[in-house]
Amino acid sequence: MDRLLKSPNVTGWLLASPLALVLAAFLVLPIVMIVIVSFWTATEFSIVPAFSFENYDFLLGSPVTYSVFLNTFKYAAITWAVTLVLGFTVAYFLAFHVRSQAWQTALFLLCTIPFWTSNIIRMISWIPFLGRNGIANSTLISWGVIDQPLEWLLFSDFSVILAFVHLYTLFMVVPIFNTMMRIDRSLLEAASDAGASGFQTLWNVILPLTKPGIMIGSIFVITLVMGDFITVRFMSGSQAANVGRLISNDIALLQYPSAAATAVVLLITVLITISALLRLVDIRKEL
Amino acid sequence: MEPRPRSFYILAAIFGLFLLFLYGPTITIAILSFQGPTGGLTFPMRGVSLHWFRDLFQQQAVGDIWGAFGRSTALGLMVMVTTVVVSVMGGLAFRKKFAGSGVLFQLVVASLVIPSILVSLGVGLIFSQAGLPVHWASSGFGAQLTWTLPFGLLIMFAVFNRFNPAYEEAARDQGATAWQTIRHVVLPIIAPSLIGVALFGFTLSYDEFARTLLTAGSHNTLPLEIYGMTTNVTTPVIFALGTLTTAFSLVVIAVFLVTVWVLGRRRARAGSDAGRGV
Repeated sequence: MDRLLKSPNVTGWLLASPLALVLAAFLVLPIVMIVIVSFWTATEFSIVPAFSFENYDFLLGSPVTYSVFLNTFKYAAITWAVTLVLGFTVAYFLAFHVRSQAWQTALFLLCTIPFWTSNIIRMISWIPFLGRNGIANSTLISWGVIDQPLEWLLFSDFSVILAFVHLYTLFMVVPIFNTMMRIDRSLLEAASDAGASGFQTLWNVILPLTKPGIMIGSIFVITLVMGDFITVRFMSGSQAANVGRLISNDIALLQYPSAAATAVVLLITVLITISALLRLVDIRKEL
Repeated sequence: MEPRPRSFYILAAIFGLFLLFLYGPTITIAILSFQGPTGGLTFPMRGVSLHWFRDLFQQQAVGDIWGAFGRSTALGLMVMVTTVVVSVMGGLAFRKKFAGSGVLFQLVVASLVIPSILVSLGVGLIFSQAGLPVHWASSGFGAQLTWTLPFGLLIMFAVFNRFNPAYEEAARDQGATAWQTIRHVVLPIIAPSLIGVALFGFTLSYDEFARTLLTAGSHNTLPLEIYGMTTNVTTPVIFALGTLTTAFSLVVIAVFLVTVWVLGRRRARAGSDAGRGV
């Protein structure tokens, strides 16, 4: 008995069992259920357990699906590029240009505070900014830059991506900042002693060493954007669609089997993307 | 000190603009929530008043905000406690190399990257097929844990990677049992990080929308209620709500930070007196 309790397998699983149970019940089982239901059919009132490829036939045969997936990738790619450049710059400033640790902590905290307030509220707060009579338009008009309000500021791809950047840049800043803080500062001195310019140090020393943080941040941003439906719905004024919205529309119409089939395709896409990124980094080693 | 390079000023300016970008819109709606009774969703301000906050408290036009707030807070606390306990246990488990730990870890990563709406849809389907009613405290609670537990566990990994096992060895050498070592050595050392896990757990749950959408049942949580308002409320009352919830979040952060600070001071006082002489 005593030896049994000392075995790492037994104690390990005892300690990990609550975690494993929650994930089994609320992650694995639901995903299995989605896969099963994706082969069911639906009537107007209920879903019918029957095996059929109908949902996939319809999904993969429709040109709408492809354009929506393309749009999803477009949002993910643009948001990723913007948050990466912005997040890297912010993290770089905090890690290498702010000298006192107290200031570093304070400024870092200042960046994270908006993260703790409601996403939907943060989206709403763009309306007085970008609207037809919003601050941006009235400022530009009073400066004489434009004569008429810009219509594309709100309810457009622009506002969708702006909201994504606003919501998710922090997910890039935190892991990049974290890896940058662990770079041995003597490496930078060595680079500058060897005659490297600031930019050369950045490109040949800091950037390669920051790669794990960049990967983790990218995983966060890409999955959050690909799975999103609320930001796209809200900020596009229901005019643009991504896969998440396709699913949520089906759910609203109680077309669960069809929603499930779309969900399966989205899941496969996300998992392929992520496993490609994970090949480039070992998350457990980087924490 | 050597002088700042020019790049410092450029980067500082970018950083300043970034902060403006982060805070600007929120500050704008905070100002606009003090519109006069005839004011609208954008500038100019038509007077200054507490009209829209009063509207919020009168509760007729805007649904069950306070009920939703209560439910979200209760759910946030439930998720917070569960996340802390399960993450610590999981963190301790992963320090041992147990069979299957690799698979479990991949499941944790999957939990983090699988889109929220899929979890919501799947949990909703299971409950409906099993004939169970969805409720924020059962299905909603479980669905939210799939989002908060991975975060909690990743923080625990970071904590234990920096944890010096010599303290545990010392405790064992003094004859402490495994439980005593955890209770009197490990837990006090990692306590400040646990506050971080708790803060994560609470706020992630408090703000969770997509995972709660199909799993909360007939009683909305606050994000669902706010979402409902965005589609049918066109007055600054929604800004007033935004201002209040943001203020509430700030209070929560402040409480957590003060707790960390107090814990740190207590630790400094109760810690080792080595090197202080007699």
